[in-house]
Amino acid sequence: MESFRKNQGVFWILAGPGSLWLLFFFLVPLGIVWILSFGEKAVIDGKVSITETEITWTLANYVRALADPVYLVIMWKSAWISALATTLCLIIAYPVAFVIAFASPRWRPWLLLAVILPFWINLLIRTYALIAVFRIRGYVNFTLEWTYDSLWLDRLFGPFEPLELLYNDFAVVAGLVYVFMPFMVLPLFASIERLDRSMLEASLDLGASQMATFLRVTVPLTMPGIISGVILVFIPCLGSFLTADLLGGTNATMIGNVIERQFKAANDWPFGAALSFLLMYVTFGALALRALLSRDAGMRT
Amino acid sequence: MKVLRRRVDPLDYAGRIWMRAFFGLVFILLYAPVVLMMAFSFNDSRRNIVWRGFTTKYYEKAWNNDGLIEAFVNSLTIAAINTVVATILGAMVALLLWRFRFPFKSAYEGFMALPIVIPEICMGVAMLAFFSRIGWPTGMPWPLNLSAITIAHIAFSFPFVAIVVRARMAGFNRELEEASRDLGASEWQTFWHVIFPYMRPGLVAGALLAFTLSLDDFVITFFTSGPETVTFPVKVYSMVRFSVTPEVNAASTVLVVITLIVAALMLRVQRQGQEGSP
Repeated sequence: MESFRKNQGVFWILAGPGSLWLLFFFLVPLGIVWILSFGEKAVIDGKVSITETEITWTLANYVRALADPVYLVIMWKSAWISALATTLCLIIAYPVAFVIAFASPRWRPWLLLAVILPFWINLLIRTYALIAVFRIRGYVNFTLEWTYDSLWLDRLFGPFEPLELLYNDFAVVAGLVYVFMPFMVLPLFASIERLDRSMLEASLDLGASQMATFLRVTVPLTMPGIISGVILVFIPCLGSFLTADLLGGTNATMIGNVIERQFKAANDWPFGAALSFLLMYVTFGALALRALLSRDAGMRT
Repeated sequence: MKVLRRRVDPLDYAGRIWMRAFFGLVFILLYAPVVLMMAFSFNDSRRNIVWRGFTTKYYEKAWNNDGLIEAFVNSLTIAAINTVVATILGAMVALLLWRFRFPFKSAYEGFMALPIVIPEICMGVAMLAFFSRIGWPTGMPWPLNLSAITIAHIAFSFPFVAIVVRARMAGFNRELEEASRDLGASEWQTFWHVIFPYMRPGLVAGALLAFTLSLDDFVITFFTSGPETVTFPVKVYSMVRFSVTPEVNAASTVLVVITLIVAALMLRVQRQGQEGSP
């Protein structure tokens, strides 16, 4: 690698376009939102304007977001829905990553591809496809009804009552797990594949059960992958907007939906801006935590 | 009896029946919703989830839906422009990070990764605020009216291209570059005849990635688009809000098929790239 001083012409030609693009069309927009978050709706001729905002460097938007019970409840709910979805992803993805990592080398890339491919499919379409699965006359209820009728339960307990699977918190969690599960498999696979198999052999040879080996050898050794996966799934879950929008009901709202409403229907941009920056601070916090934890885990081994 | 039992290697986790069964189940659950959606787009029934015979009439309906086709053309136009610009910008950044040592390099890398890590909705509202604050002209003739969406797409997709191209360049033997310079080739000649041929699979893979990222994006586009500039996912979204119709299924199926073709192409290119390099 050469120093940039040796070839400044080439350096600036390569650095210029990308940096400027990101500066003007990414950093400046974020800066505008940041400044907006300290604004309030302008008062023109004694009336609160719908469209104009005034930057007064007030902290009222942040105070409102962090003190108003309505928004505290939504933030708390977003956090636990994301945490639940992340936990479910971990429980499902760990065995999946294990099978891929321990499969024969010929099969491994194909199995990995099978799990990653859904990534490529449009998020909106994948979420939308779930509506047909969960709705009242959807595939789940259809299968349940068929089983119910085949077992002659309808003659015993009356006709089948379809389950309300859509437009509630369950649907949001299921949607998040379905959409973000591949995010969890990749880091888990990477750390399980790097696992020193002789450690597992040693543990088993020394008389530890499979369960003990798993809990006391495998899990600690794959901890960096688990941490990465948990954070990689938790962040997009927390910032998600589409899943709750399409699958959640009126009361299954997440932060993303509140932000969207402030910028579209409610037209309260300063408050929406404050909420997006709070969401961004949480995201950066989670990423910093990941960097810190993975450095710790790296030092121990 | 114990002797007759098939001996299982204690480390052969992938060989265990229940592990395989679990993997199979997850695989089915991962694909079933999309596959069912695609299959039922050919179902000759409006509401029912029972198979009533094969038809392509919903594809015809989708084809005759002017709004949908317009949105589709918009999406392809944005994706095409995005692919060209994002690939060039991404490749330049990749070369920069691959070749040079400079102060605050890790901070610069973090800056480049920012569009990838921040929540999509934050970037979406930032674009909405930016384009309305600076008074970006609206109501321009096609395709200039798509410029705001295209600019936003380039901003979030070229860092991805940079990562893909840089990963490719990591395998490049720098001595080749030095040899080329020693033999008197200019900066440009070295790039064009030595670096570029090696970089090409990475560029193609990055370009295909940029194409699908743009074609698939909903959240950021949703905030950047206006009533006159609707992309395919935004149109599908507005149709989905009303109801689940076979017409939407048909349109979605087309988009999924395009995405899968691009994904297959990208895999092929990467595979060839791996075979081509020592």
